[in-house]
Amino acid sequence: MSDRTNLEWREALLSPQADTALTDLRAILLRGLRYALAGRGVTESDLEDFTQDALLKVLRELASFRGEARFTTWAQKVAVRVALTELRRRRWRDVSLQDLLAEHEESDFTPAVLTDKAPDPGQIAVRTMMMEKIQRIIAEELTDRQRQAMMAVMQGGMPLQEVAQRMGTNRNALYKLLHDARQRLQGRMMREGLSPDEMLAMFSEA
Amino acid sequence: MKRTMPKPDTIRKMAQMIAATRPVEIGCDECFEKLDRFAELHLAGKNAAEAMPLVQDHLDRCGDCREEFEALLAALKAETEDA
Ligand SMILES: [Zn+2]
Repeated sequence: MSDRTNLEWREALLSPQADTALTDLRAILLRGLRYALAGRGVTESDLEDFTQDALLKVLRELASFRGEARFTTWAQKVAVRVALTELRRRRWRDVSLQDLLAEHEESDFTPAVLTDKAPDPGQIAVRTMMMEKIQRIIAEELTDRQRQAMMAVMQGGMPLQEVAQRMGTNRNALYKLLHDARQRLQGRMMREGLSPDEMLAMFSEA
Repeated sequence: MKRTMPKPDTIRKMAQMIAATRPVEIGCDECFEKLDRFAELHLAGKNAAEAMPLVQDHLDRCGDCREEFEALLAALKAETEDA
């Protein structure tokens, strides 16, 4: 079914008689999505819709295929992105950023979570101090946008795609914003005399 | 508006993330661009992480991209299985 070379796929899809190639590609994408989305409760008609949208996107973006992988791998990658984008959108449709973040307002700072896992009282004290320090640094170093994004992703569990959409940006830009935020926090921690290695050691065995 | 405070578990995750932050990381777009090649290497039993460390690094950090990578692997495995 997919024994065309990359070049043959391209030529076939661009030719006026693209029907056979389209049918073949459609079948590959549908089958791939069926496996990729297994257990996510998608209906047969969802699969059909995702496949159709993916097929259109593949055709639209054909020029950007650079042949670094097999054509069908590239097309499946596009299809998976199309489908998961839609599934995330559905899953989070009714959740606003305000609601998500409000859930965690005033969440009390219970050292119980720490005591369970920390090996000895000395270490508990150190960790508690460290946590307070991180909280303070987050409050001081990050912009409201950075803090909001970080909380939504890390505490609210919202996908980047959905946070980005609510913040009027895109996923790639949001990743960069979070990367900047992490770098700022790291810089500040280091200025306060705490190396990344020490920090990792302190929290990793928890 | 009240300020949302991170919970201890979140702080723990944040601490790990902050500590593991590197100056050079690729974004979701670049990861997506390379994901097909990365998946093929992975499925061929090659060390994709070694060949494309920044992609692996991004996948370790980004839930959206990791989810897409795992779905892509499943889709690609379907291609090679009997109908
Ligand atoms: Zn990503």
